[in-house]
Amino acid sequence: MRALDLKLLRDLRHIWAQSLAIALVLACGIMVMMLASGTQRSLNETRAVYYERHRFADVFSSLTRAPKQVLDEIARIDGVKRVEGRVVFTALLDLENMTEPASARVISLPASGGAILNVPLIRHGRLPEALQQDEVAISEPFAEANELRPGDTFRAILNGRKRELVVTGIVLSPEYIYTIGAGALMPDDRHFGLIWMRETAAAPVKDLEGAFNDLTLSLSRDANEAAVIDAVDRILAPYGGTGAYGRDRQVSNVFIEGELKQLGALATVQPPIFLVVSAFLVNMVLGRLVALDRAQIGLFKAVGYSTRTIALHYLKMTAGIGILGVLIGWGFGWWLGREMTEMYTEFFRFPWLLYRPGPGPLVISGILGMATVIIGALRAVRASVRLAPSVAMSPPAPPRFQRGWADSLGEMLSLRQTTMMIVRSIIRWPGRAAVTIFGVSGSVAVLVVSFFTFDAIDLIMQELFDETNRQDVTLTLSGNLNDSAVIDAGNLPGVLRAEGIYAIPIRLVNGTRTRLVTLQARAPGAALTQILDPEGHPITPSTAGVDLPEELARRLGVAPGDSLRLDLLSPPRETWQVPVASVFRQSLGQDAYLDRETLFHWLRQTPQVNMIHLAIDQNRLADLQAKVQETPAIAGFTLWEDVRAEFVDTLTESLVSMSLIFATLGMLITVGVIYNAARIQLAERAHELASLRVLGFRRSEVSYVLVVEQMVLTVFAIPLGWLAGYGFALLMAEGFSTDVVTIPVVVTQRTFALAALIVIGSALGAVLFVRRRLDRIDIVSALKQKE
Amino acid sequence: MRMPILRTDDVTKVYHTGAVDVHALRGIDLSLFEGEVVVLLGASGSGKSTLLNILGGLDRPSEGHVFFRKEDLTGLSDGALTEFRRDHVGFVFQFYNLVPSLTARENVALVTEIAENPMSPEEALERVGLSDRMSHFPAELSGGEQQRVAIARAIAKRPDILLCDEPTGALDSKTGITVLEALIEVNRSLGTTTALITHNAAIRRIAHRVIYMADGRISRIEENANRVAPSEVSW
Ligand SMILES: Nc1ncnc2c1ncn2[C@@H]1O[C@H](COP(=O)(O)OP(=O)(O)O)[C@@H](O)[C@H]1O
Ligand SMILES: [Mg+2]
Repeated sequence: MRALDLKLLRDLRHIWAQSLAIALVLACGIMVMMLASGTQRSLNETRAVYYERHRFADVFSSLTRAPKQVLDEIARIDGVKRVEGRVVFTALLDLENMTEPASARVISLPASGGAILNVPLIRHGRLPEALQQDEVAISEPFAEANELRPGDTFRAILNGRKRELVVTGIVLSPEYIYTIGAGALMPDDRHFGLIWMRETAAAPVKDLEGAFNDLTLSLSRDANEAAVIDAVDRILAPYGGTGAYGRDRQVSNVFIEGELKQLGALATVQPPIFLVVSAFLVNMVLGRLVALDRAQIGLFKAVGYSTRTIALHYLKMTAGIGILGVLIGWGFGWWLGREMTEMYTEFFRFPWLLYRPGPGPLVISGILGMATVIIGALRAVRASVRLAPSVAMSPPAPPRFQRGWADSLGEMLSLRQTTMMIVRSIIRWPGRAAVTIFGVSGSVAVLVVSFFTFDAIDLIMQELFDETNRQDVTLTLSGNLNDSAVIDAGNLPGVLRAEGIYAIPIRLVNGTRTRLVTLQARAPGAALTQILDPEGHPITPSTAGVDLPEELARRLGVAPGDSLRLDLLSPPRETWQVPVASVFRQSLGQDAYLDRETLFHWLRQTPQVNMIHLAIDQNRLADLQAKVQETPAIAGFTLWEDVRAEFVDTLTESLVSMSLIFATLGMLITVGVIYNAARIQLAERAHELASLRVLGFRRSEVSYVLVVEQMVLTVFAIPLGWLAGYGFALLMAEGFSTDVVTIPVVVTQRTFALAALIVIGSALGAVLFVRRRLDRIDIVSALKQKE
Repeated sequence: MRMPILRTDDVTKVYHTGAVDVHALRGIDLSLFEGEVVVLLGASGSGKSTLLNILGGLDRPSEGHVFFRKEDLTGLSDGALTEFRRDHVGFVFQFYNLVPSLTARENVALVTEIAENPMSPEEALERVGLSDRMSHFPAELSGGEQQRVAIARAIAKRPDILLCDEPTGALDSKTGITVLEALIEVNRSLGTTTALITHNAAIRRIAHRVIYMADGRISRIEENANRVAPSEVSW
C-alpha cells in the first residue's frame, strides 16, 4: 500500500497543473451552484422571517370606498384570520431643493396603536402619535435618498392644500420591500416614497372618515385562498373593489419571487456545463495516466496487488482532484454568495442580513462534484482493472492509422504533411477530439448565455424607450377627466405634444386562466407611445377587440381571433366577451390595449383620460415641473429620462459584474480543456516533434502541429457552442422571465462573435503556454529513447 | 586536392551531469571530404554519436570549432543551426524516427516540402527500392523498410552530408545489407558525403575511410584501398 500511495503523491505532483486546471473547472460549477442556491435560500429565509414577524398580509384589494362595518363581514369569511381596512392614496410632495415633482403613497395607521397587518419595522424614531395630524413615518429608502431624519419636516399636497409634515420615524415595510410608484418601471427612491400617517389624519384627505379604500387580510393555515378572494370580491363589488389578489400578484412580492426564480435558473442552467466538462477532462487525463502506467500496473498485478487496490489507487487520485475542486468551489461560492446576498439585501431593503446557505447546497454540490470526477474516472479505472499483467508489461501496440477519406482530402487540398499529421491525429483519436470540442463548445455556450443577457436588456431598453415609449413625460392624473384635460396639458409650458390615455384595471378570463392587468385605451393617432407587432411594426389600436402582449396571450392560452372574458374592475364593473385582435411584443409590463373610441363606445360614455403623455422642449422642463407641482389634478409626473437612467443603473451594474464572473468562468473552461489536451498531445508526441526539429523544421513549424490541432478543434467547437448557447439562452430566458419581465430570446451577432473571440483567445493562450515546453525539449535526448 | 566539406578544429564536449563531468570528446580534428563514405568505429561510449550530432548541427561543442565549407557553425544561433540542418544535412538514426501518422511517401514529403531543391518523394523512395510501399504507414512496414524510408527522407532534399548513427543497429544482417546498399547507392549516384556510425567492424569495408574512436579521441584513421559492396560484407 505504501508504495502505491507514494506513487499517488508522485503522480499528482507530476500532473499538478493539469489536475489544478480540472479542479478549477469543477470549482466553477460548484461555485455557481453554491452561490445561486445559497443566495436563494438565504433570501427565501430572510423574506420568510420578515413576512412572519411583520405579519405580511395574504390577500389585498383596493376599492373606492366602503364603510368600516364591511370589515366585520369580511372577517367572517371562512379562512380569514386578521383583517385591516386602510386609507391609501397618492400625494404629491413638495421637497426642498427639488424642482421636479415627487410623490408618495400615503398609508393609514389605525387611529391608535400599531398596524394590524404589514407592520412597519421602525428603524429610527417612532410612529406618529395618535391624533397627531401632522406626524408621519416615512420609508427608509426615501428618507435616505432625500436626507430626511426624525424631526425634519417636508411639505405634501393634501386635499389641494400644502401641509407641513413632521417626520417622527423612519420605517421599512414587508409590503414594500421593493418599492415602485404607480406607473413606474423601476424603483426611484428620490421621487417616490411611502408615508404612514394616523387614520385620523389620512381619512379626511379623501373624505373617507369611518370608511376605507384598501383592504388587506391574512389567512388561517388551512384557508382556501381562491375562495376567500371570491368572497372578498363579492362583498366589495358594490364598494368599487378592483379585484382582490393574493401574494402572487402583490407587486413587491412578485419582484422578489422573480428574483428568486432567476437565482434558481442560475443554479440549474449553468453548473451542469461545468460539471460535465470536468468529468470529460478527468476521463481524458486519467485515461492518459493509465496508459502511461501500463507497465507499472502490470508489475503491481504481477507481484500480487489486487485489482481492487489498483482501481482504488486511481479513484483516490481522482478524489484528490475532486476534493480540491469542491473545496475551491465551496470557498468562492460561500464568499460570493455572501456578497450577493448582501447586495440583494440592500437592493430589496431587507432590514437584516441572514446569510444562511444551509448545509443543502454544500452537500448537494459536494456530492455532485465528487460524483462528477468519479464518473469521469470510471472508464480509465476500468481499463486499469481489465489490463492483464502479461499484456500490461509488453509495450502497447503502436497506434494504427488508416487510409481513408482524409488522404483524398489531403491530396485534393494538397495539404502540407504537418497538416496531415494534425488531420490524422484528430481522426485517430476521435474520442479525445470530441472531449476537446465538447469542452470548448461548453465554454462558448457559457459565454453566449452570459452575454445574451446584455442583448436581452438592450432589446428591452430599445423596445421600451425607443419604440414603445417615446414620450418625455407621463402625467398621472388624480382622477378621470374629459378630453379637454389633454388640451390643457398641451398648453402647459414647454409641451410640444400631448396624448391622452385611459388606463383601467381589468381581469381577463379564459376558462380557468385569469390575469389581472391594466387596459390601456389609446387614440388611433397616438404616436408618443406605440405598440409593436412581433416583427416590430407599430400596430394601430384595434377597434374590434383587445391587443395582448405575446406572453400574456400565451399565459391566457389565447390567440388572435379567440374571444375571452373581460371584467371591468372599476365602474361600471361590467363583464364583456371580447375578441383578441392581435398580439404584440412587450417585454416589460403586461398591459392590454384597445382603441379609446371603441372602449368608450362600449362603455356608452364620452371619452375620458387619466394619463397624459407629453413630448416637451427640454429647455423648459423646469417651468413645466413648477407648473405641475401646483396643479392638483396631476398626481404623478414621470420623467422618462430618469426612468431610463434608473433602468441602466439598476440592471446594468449588477449584470455587468455577473457577466464578468461568468465570462471568466467560460474562459476557464477553455483554458482547462485546451491546456490538458495540449499537455497530453505534447507528452505523447514529444519524440515525433523532436524528430521534426532534427529534420530542420523551425520552432514555429513544429509548434504549428501542436497549436493548430488545438485551434482547429476550438474552431470546430465554436458553431456547436453557439448552438448550445442559444439553447441555454432559451432556458435562461424562460427561467428569468417573470410576471413583470419577459426576457426576449435574442442573441446578437456581437454576442456570438465575442464568445468566439474570447474562446479563441483563451485557447490560443493556453496552447501557447504549453508550447513553451517545446523549446525545452532536448532534441538529442528525445531521440535516444525508442518511441 | 580534395575539399573538406566538414572540418572540426579541436572539438571537445563535456557533459556536466551531477558531480562528475563526462568528457565525451577530448579534442577532435577531423575533415570529411566531398563525396566520401566514412565509417566511424569505436566502443560504446567512445563519443561517436556525440561527434556526429555536433557535425550535423544538432549539438554544440564545448570548445573548438566546426566548419561547414568556410562557415563556422559554432557561432550560429539556434535558428541558423536549424537552417543549416534543413538545407544541408540528412540524418538517419538507429530508431527510424518516422512520423507514425504519415505514410512512407508523406514522411518523405514532410522534408521535400521544406527543402529548396528536393527530388520528388517518389524518386527518393525509388532510390531505396520502396516504390511499391509508398502509401504504407510505418506500422505496416518492416524494420528494414522503415529504415529505408528514413534514408529516403534524409536524401530527398539532396543534402550535402548524410549522417547515419547505427542505421543497421536494430536490423538483422540481411535487412541491414539492403539498408547499406541504399546508402551506398545514394552516395554513388548523388555524391553525398556520408558518415556512418557502426559498432560492427565488418561494415568498415564499404567505406573510403574508417575512423576509429576511443575514449573521446580519434585513435586511428584508415584509408580503405579495396572497398566492397555491402552485399559482400557478412556479419
Ligand atoms: N546528454 C548526455 N549527458 C551526459 N552524458 C552524456 C550525454 N550524451 C552522451 N553522454 C556521455 O558521453 C559519452 C559519449 O557518448 P556517445 O557519444 O553516445 O558514445 P557512443 O555513441 O560512441 O556510444 C558517454 O560516456 C555518454 O555516457
Ligand atoms: Mg551512440
